[in-house]
Amino acid sequence: MCGIAGIVSPDARDCSYGNLQRMILMIGHRGPDDAGSYTDGQAGLAHARLSIIDIANGRQPMSNADGSLLIVFNGEIFNYLELRDELAAKGHRFATRSDTEVILHLFEEMGESAVTRLNGQWALAIWNRRERRLFLSRDRMGVRPLFYTFSGKRFIFASEIKGLFACPGVSRKLDLRSLDQVFTFWHTISPRTVFEDVFELPPGHSAILQDGRLTIRPYWELNYPAAPSGPPAHDEQAYAEQLLDLLKDAARIRLRADVPVGAYLSGGLDSTLIAALANQFAGSRLKTFSVRFSDPELDESSFQRQAVQYLGTDHAGLRCSEREIGEAFPEVIWHTETPILRTGPAPLYLLAKLVRERGYKVVLTGEGADEMLGGYDIFKEFKIRRFWAAHADSTWRPLLLKRLYPYLKNLGSQPAAYLNSFFQVHSANAGDPFFSHAPRWRLAAGLKIFYSRGMRAELDSREAFRELEQLLPPAFAAWDGFSRAEYLEARHLLPGYILSSQGDRVAMAHAVEGRFPFLDYRVVEFAAGLPPTLKMKALQEKYLLKRCARGLVPPAVIGRHKQPYRAPEAQSFFPDGRPLPYVEELLAPRQIRQDGIFDPDAVQKLVEKTRNGDIIGIRDNMALVGIISTTVLMRRFLTGFSAGEEQEEFHGRHPGRLAEICP
Amino acid sequence: MADIRDDLRKFVLDNFLFGQLNGGFSDDVSFMESGIIDSTGVLELIGFLERRYEITCSHEDLIPENLDSIASLTQFVTRKLTERAFVGQE
Repeated sequence: MCGIAGIVSPDARDCSYGNLQRMILMIGHRGPDDAGSYTDGQAGLAHARLSIIDIANGRQPMSNADGSLLIVFNGEIFNYLELRDELAAKGHRFATRSDTEVILHLFEEMGESAVTRLNGQWALAIWNRRERRLFLSRDRMGVRPLFYTFSGKRFIFASEIKGLFACPGVSRKLDLRSLDQVFTFWHTISPRTVFEDVFELPPGHSAILQDGRLTIRPYWELNYPAAPSGPPAHDEQAYAEQLLDLLKDAARIRLRADVPVGAYLSGGLDSTLIAALANQFAGSRLKTFSVRFSDPELDESSFQRQAVQYLGTDHAGLRCSEREIGEAFPEVIWHTETPILRTGPAPLYLLAKLVRERGYKVVLTGEGADEMLGGYDIFKEFKIRRFWAAHADSTWRPLLLKRLYPYLKNLGSQPAAYLNSFFQVHSANAGDPFFSHAPRWRLAAGLKIFYSRGMRAELDSREAFRELEQLLPPAFAAWDGFSRAEYLEARHLLPGYILSSQGDRVAMAHAVEGRFPFLDYRVVEFAAGLPPTLKMKALQEKYLLKRCARGLVPPAVIGRHKQPYRAPEAQSFFPDGRPLPYVEELLAPRQIRQDGIFDPDAVQKLVEKTRNGDIIGIRDNMALVGIISTTVLMRRFLTGFSAGEEQEEFHGRHPGRLAEICP
Repeated sequence: MADIRDDLRKFVLDNFLFGQLNGGFSDDVSFMESGIIDSTGVLELIGFLERRYEITCSHEDLIPENLDSIASLTQFVTRKLTERAFVGQE
C-alpha cells in the first residue's frame, strides 16, 4: 500500500525529479517506509512505499528484466502466489517475492487485459518505454484511488489530488456542478471530483495515454441478472454454503502479508463475521480495533464486547469524544479532498491513528456486505414503498414503514396523501430509475436552501440526476428494482464515499491499509447473481449472510437490530454550545460572503440553532457538516495550499529520503 | 390569532427555511408536500409549540390537519390555548 504519482510530457523538464519529488512528498503519508522515482525525460514515475509484502525487495518503480516496462503500484494483489506459479510454469523468472513483479510478468504475458486476472485492490501505472505508452488501471470496486489532470501539454496522475496540486502550475478551482453533486448524492459522480479539470479513473476501468490522448475503458462491470422468472436455481442451504466458502477464501487470501494483519470489529454482523473468519486462519491471536461513543444511541460497545469475548480476540477500543471529532475535522477534510455531509470519516481517521500506534499496517474490515447482500435500510424502505406504490391509496401498506421509522409513531392516523408526498410514493414514480433513492436525495436537496443567490443562479437542479442517469448501464432497466437500488449503492455511494472519504483516505492518512473480503470480485459477482429475496427475505436484512454466520458469530450479533454506523454530528463542532475557534472563524458572515457559496444569513441562523442545541433533524446536521467541510476545503486547497506540519513530519521521520528520490 | 400566526410564520421561516423565502409561501401551503418540513422537522415543531405556548401535544394531535400549514397550525394552537384557559378556570 502506497502512494503513486507520475508525469508524461513532451517537454523533458516537466518530468524532472524535482516535480516528482514534490508530488510524492505531498502524499508521503501513504507510504512512509521507502520511496523511489524514475524519469527518462518523457515520463516520470514516483512511489512512496508502505512495505507489506517482500519488504526487502519490493522497491518501486520496478522494471521488468529488459527494462522496457516500469511500474508504480498502490495496493495488493491477493492471488499473486497462484498467478506467480502459473507464470513460472510458463517460463517467467522472478527476482523478488513481491506481488508487484507478478503484475509486470502478467502484463508481459497478457498485455492490458492482465488486470482481468487480478484479484485485489489496486491503482497502478505501467510505462512502456519502447511504445511511449502509459497504462493506468484501478480495481473493480474502487478501493484504491487514482486521480489525473491535463495541465498544458502535461498529463499528471497521483493517488491523491493534493499530489497533482503539488506539481507547479496545476490550477486549483472548485467545480460548482461537482459541489452540487456532493450536496445531492453525498459525493461526486465519477469521474468528476470537486475540483475543475481534475478527474478520477472510475472503478473497474483502465486507461491508455498515447501521443497525449487518453482512452478510458471498462474492463469489468457490476452486473445483475435480468429480473428473475421462476424459482431460484438452488435451495437456500446450497447458496449459503457457496457464499460462506467464497467468503472464507476471500478472507484467507487477504491475510497474505509479511506484517501482522488486524481487523476492525464494529459489533455489527459484517465485521464480526470477517473477524471470525480471519481468526480461524490467523496464526496467532487476532488483534481487533473499534470505535466507541459516549452517546448511547450511536455506541455499539456492548455488541463489541460480546464479539470480542466470543472470538477471543485481543481488542483495543478507541473512545471518541465529540470534541475530538470536531478538532480532527480539518485534517480529515485535508485527506478526503471533498466536502462531506456526515462526520463518520472522523472517528475512523482517529481509529487508524490508534491502529498505527499499536504497530499495525493492515486491517480487514466488513465494508461491502450492506451494499451487496441487502443490508441497508434504504433497501427495506424501497421494498415497502414499491409494495405501497402498487396501491398508492392504500392506508395500511405504509404502516410497514413503522418498522423502519419507529419515531413515526402516529403513522397510522396520517392520511395517505401526506405520507405519499414525503416518501415519494405515486404509482407514476414506480418506473423512475431512481425510485429507491428518491426520498434520500430529496432530503439532501433540502440542503440547497443554504446556497447563495449566485450559486442558485449558476446551477440547474436537475442536472446532477441527468448526469447520473446517463451513466446507467443499458441493462439497468431490465433489472429487478431491488438490484437497481443495490447497484446505485455499490457502484456509486460505495466508491464515492464509503471506500474513499470513509475508507482509503482516512486510513492511509496514517499509513493503514484496509482489506475488504466482501469486495473480493468472486463474492461480488456471486452476490449480484443471488435472487434478491435471499438477500432480504421480506424485511429481514442480510438473510442469507446471517445464515452463513450461524455458529461463527455470537447469536446476539446475528439477532440484533441493524444499526447504521453514525458518529456525533453538529454537537462535535459546538462542544458545550460554543463553536470551536476554527468553526467560528469559517462561519462568520464576512467569511461566508467572501467564499460566495452559501448565504451568510441562512448560515447564521443555522449557527444560532446549533448553538441553542435545537438541531435534531438529519437535514440540519448534514447542512452544518457540509458547510463546514466546504469552507475547510476552500481554505486548505484553494485560498491556501500546503501540507504544513504533515510534510515537515514526514521529512523528520525520513531524513535520507530526499537524496534517494533525487539521485 | 394574527399574533400567533405571525409568530408561527417567523418560527417556520427562521427554523426550517433559515430566512430563505424563495418567493414566500402562503398560509395554506403544505409543509410536507413543499418540503419545508421533513419527518424530524415535525418533532422540532412540536418542541417549539410546547415551549413557546406551554401547551401539551398528545399523539392524537400529531396529524397533518393540525400541523401541516401555517393556517392549520394557527387554528390548532388557538384551540389548545382556549382549552387550557378553560381547564384553568375549572
